[in-house]
Amino acid sequence: MTLDTTKHAAGTPDADQPWAELGLKQDEYERIRDILGRRPTGAELAMYSVMWSEHCSYKSSKVHLKQFGEKAPASDAMLVGIGENAGVVDVGQGYAVTFKVESHNHPSYIEPYQGAATGVGGIVRDILAMGARPVAVMDPLRFGAADHPDTKRVLPGVVAGIGGYGNCLGLPNIGGEVVFDPCYQGNPLVNALCVGVMKHEDIHLAKASGAGNKVILYGARTGGDGIGGVSVLASETFDSTGPAKRPAVQVGDPFQEKLLIECTLEIFNEDLVAGIQDLGGAGLSCATSELASAGSGGMRVELDTVPLRDSSLSPEEILMSESQERMCAIVEPGKVDRFLEICEKWDVIATVIGEVTEGDRLEIFWHGEQIVDVPPRTVAHEGPVYHRPYERPSWQDALQADGADKLARPGGGEELREQVLALVASPNQASKSWVTDQYDRFVQGNTVLAQPEDSGMIRIDEESNLGVAVATDGNGRYAKLDPYTGAQLALAESYRNVAATGAKPLAVTDCLNFGSPEDPAVMWQFAEACRGLADACLELGTPVTGGNVSLYNQTGETAIHPTPVVGVLGVIDDVTRRTPMAFAEEGQLIYLLGDTADELGGSAWSQVVHGHLGGLPPKLDLEREKLLAEILIAGSRDGMIDAAHDLSDGGLVQAVTESCLGGGKGARLVVPDGLSPFVFLFSESASRAIVAVPRSEEVRFNDMCGARGMPATRIGVVDGDAVEVQGEFSIPLAELRAAHDATIPALLA
Amino acid sequence: MTARIGVITFPGSLDDRDTRRAIRLAGAEPVALWHRDKDLKGVDAVVLPGGFSYGDYLRAGAISRFSPVMETVIGEARAGLPVLGICNGFQVLTETHLLPGAMLRNNHLHFICREQQLRVENADTAWTADYTAGQEIRIPLKNVDGRYVADERTLDMLEAEGRVAFRYLGMNPNGSLRDIAGITNEAGNVVGLMPHPEHAVEPLVGTGGTDGLGFFTSILKKLVNA
Repeated sequence: MTLDTTKHAAGTPDADQPWAELGLKQDEYERIRDILGRRPTGAELAMYSVMWSEHCSYKSSKVHLKQFGEKAPASDAMLVGIGENAGVVDVGQGYAVTFKVESHNHPSYIEPYQGAATGVGGIVRDILAMGARPVAVMDPLRFGAADHPDTKRVLPGVVAGIGGYGNCLGLPNIGGEVVFDPCYQGNPLVNALCVGVMKHEDIHLAKASGAGNKVILYGARTGGDGIGGVSVLASETFDSTGPAKRPAVQVGDPFQEKLLIECTLEIFNEDLVAGIQDLGGAGLSCATSELASAGSGGMRVELDTVPLRDSSLSPEEILMSESQERMCAIVEPGKVDRFLEICEKWDVIATVIGEVTEGDRLEIFWHGEQIVDVPPRTVAHEGPVYHRPYERPSWQDALQADGADKLARPGGGEELREQVLALVASPNQASKSWVTDQYDRFVQGNTVLAQPEDSGMIRIDEESNLGVAVATDGNGRYAKLDPYTGAQLALAESYRNVAATGAKPLAVTDCLNFGSPEDPAVMWQFAEACRGLADACLELGTPVTGGNVSLYNQTGETAIHPTPVVGVLGVIDDVTRRTPMAFAEEGQLIYLLGDTADELGGSAWSQVVHGHLGGLPPKLDLEREKLLAEILIAGSRDGMIDAAHDLSDGGLVQAVTESCLGGGKGARLVVPDGLSPFVFLFSESASRAIVAVPRSEEVRFNDMCGARGMPATRIGVVDGDAVEVQGEFSIPLAELRAAHDATIPALLA
Repeated sequence: MTARIGVITFPGSLDDRDTRRAIRLAGAEPVALWHRDKDLKGVDAVVLPGGFSYGDYLRAGAISRFSPVMETVIGEARAGLPVLGICNGFQVLTETHLLPGAMLRNNHLHFICREQQLRVENADTAWTADYTAGQEIRIPLKNVDGRYVADERTLDMLEAEGRVAFRYLGMNPNGSLRDIAGITNEAGNVVGLMPHPEHAVEPLVGTGGTDGLGFFTSILKKLVNA
């Protein structure tokens, strides 16, 4: 077969090209021809097709994501914002923290183990590329119905993949979520978050500058796996009649990634790189075009020097391959030898594949012949932008009108008791230790808090005890009822979770999981969620630093619930002051912070007891949310509270159960005046938390809450070995524990 | 005077830095050793840390035992150098035959991470002298290939000679024969176990206890008093 060089392309304008098969639309193909002034070569077409895919170009979401920048709150903490591999936040004492959440949804449905494993690998390389040592991971997960046979295929594979990869990298897994809902049947959500730590001066950016600097590809050899992963998998809905897509899923080698981490950190330590980028979605196409686009000059690459696993790969395949565990660095000529030496020490293959040039073109050669000659910005940063039509779905009003107030409520103590047990044993509320016990949470020796705590917490300085806390949350049921408020509630819960452990929330990362953008109803959900999240970030003072959008999470006409997953990062000056969730001391007083209203729309109770979804989600007062966080942080810092737990899905009784089981202590509760026992126990009103206050601190604690206008109601005492609601029911801890612990193992055994 | 304790980093070692921290917290001087380097830098004892050396794609520890540094370690250990193998390090020690038996995949086939109760059965080794026989300790366990097996004769011999150093209590987490969590060689200088003492040395992190610190204070006292 003739090599399709730029010269050949110029001479054969009418050659048939497989642009449609590569996922490009007619007008996109025409635009490429306009940009180049000729038809693209096969290699150019490959590059444009992957880089202009939904996954890489954000072409449908861009116009809405802009708000995160436009409405960003002024924050002194932000060091690097949206657009780089990950955002970077100043946490004081010269430290910077980078964190980001990404999706690997589609691959994880096709091949759960490798899909989830390489999801971890990808986000870890993003964090590494910023110059940071990765210090923790967490995984927000969504699966179909817990008792569906396919969940038994997907979930254990995903969990084993996350564990198999993350454990082998030596990264503690400190939190995340496991949520079941039939809407995720066929479209599980596998999101992965990574946190990294560095000193301010170690921050690295993805740009190629300085003519004459060398382009070094290092890490694994390039193979045929993952070709077209972004364009084929992540940017289209599944069609059961199509060919098998398994070859489009990447295969991971965590050992190689571990070497890559240590090798890269040693390279950073000797200040050997001028720019760096990891290879993830769209592989070399992405790395070369993004580096060149962000830099000042052009780039020349000799593609035939790329080390291959399979020598029969074509230039197009090499450019599109998503083989894992690869990085691309820009290195000054005088530092190349030392760079290669460090790679050799770690048994990492490294090859100079090209150099930065004076010009403004990205040129790629294959055995001396030019096969790519493009302006890199048109590939990486100036892809298509769609203003997709969006419209509030016709069914939204009916859904909101079908409120939870119509549902039958428990008649008395005995029925309340039954429903409490059903709630804490339901798959979404049950203990997830079957999952989290497959992850190493101890490695690196800095884990202060891990799942099932409200947030994961990592010590970052052994001398000063400076630390960071991270939580992720998202409630697709709330977002389905009202995507604007639902997205805000996800942020509020994550923010609250960070504050509940005593850390001050600083910044946000988000993974926006939605259905097909070609459906105006889905696009409306997306637009509303972005608007809600941006508005709330502004009000809470926590900027979005980066994240990821995953669209096309739908099978046929049916989209998943809109599922914005929000991660919040917080800082704590002294991790020895952290607040755990467990009730550890008998006699301590249990206080409820915040106001409880009759809000059961989208609640866990309505799902577990009635299989119902309708009405409106809880109202959210962001000023109150901020105040609650301040109270929780001050209470922790000043030693006024010994335990805290946020109230979210499942309401107060779920939180009390978890705090009691965590500490092996019971609780005697009294229903406050003006509330029905049912609303007291099951309402999901936002901006609330329970805290355990030592008796010696009660006056001081009440004074603080009173002075700041925070409603604080004494609802009981830590005592005994049962959860007792006075006058209603009592459930022994052993019975609660059995109900809470047995569900997930029984479903997955 | 303090003791210098080496910690070997193989490609894929994970708990090497944590082990060095534990050694420092115990009051000894940690020394980083590199798998390609035969030189032990004159250390007084060596720890083989946890991790997945060389990816453990063939069999846990099977490749590491052939690394240059292990050539020296094997010889020195036979001559009395104190060696502790934790998790992957224990797997390497069985592969080198410094300790008998082998490790198989956990009987439930999953990776397991938990706080594990152990009983110290032998408090006379170089690494356990700061404990008392029968003492119960709680330290993290995290592995996927942790099921200790050996033939009946070897197991009987280990029992008879008091070479079962640690036993799982409460629950056997992986199907190890006779609940064995760790063993020692005849001389008591080479000890291997699956759980991780280096992650139970500070009240703040890990299990929140310091039950694992005794491994490192044991060896320190032995070396300093020698």
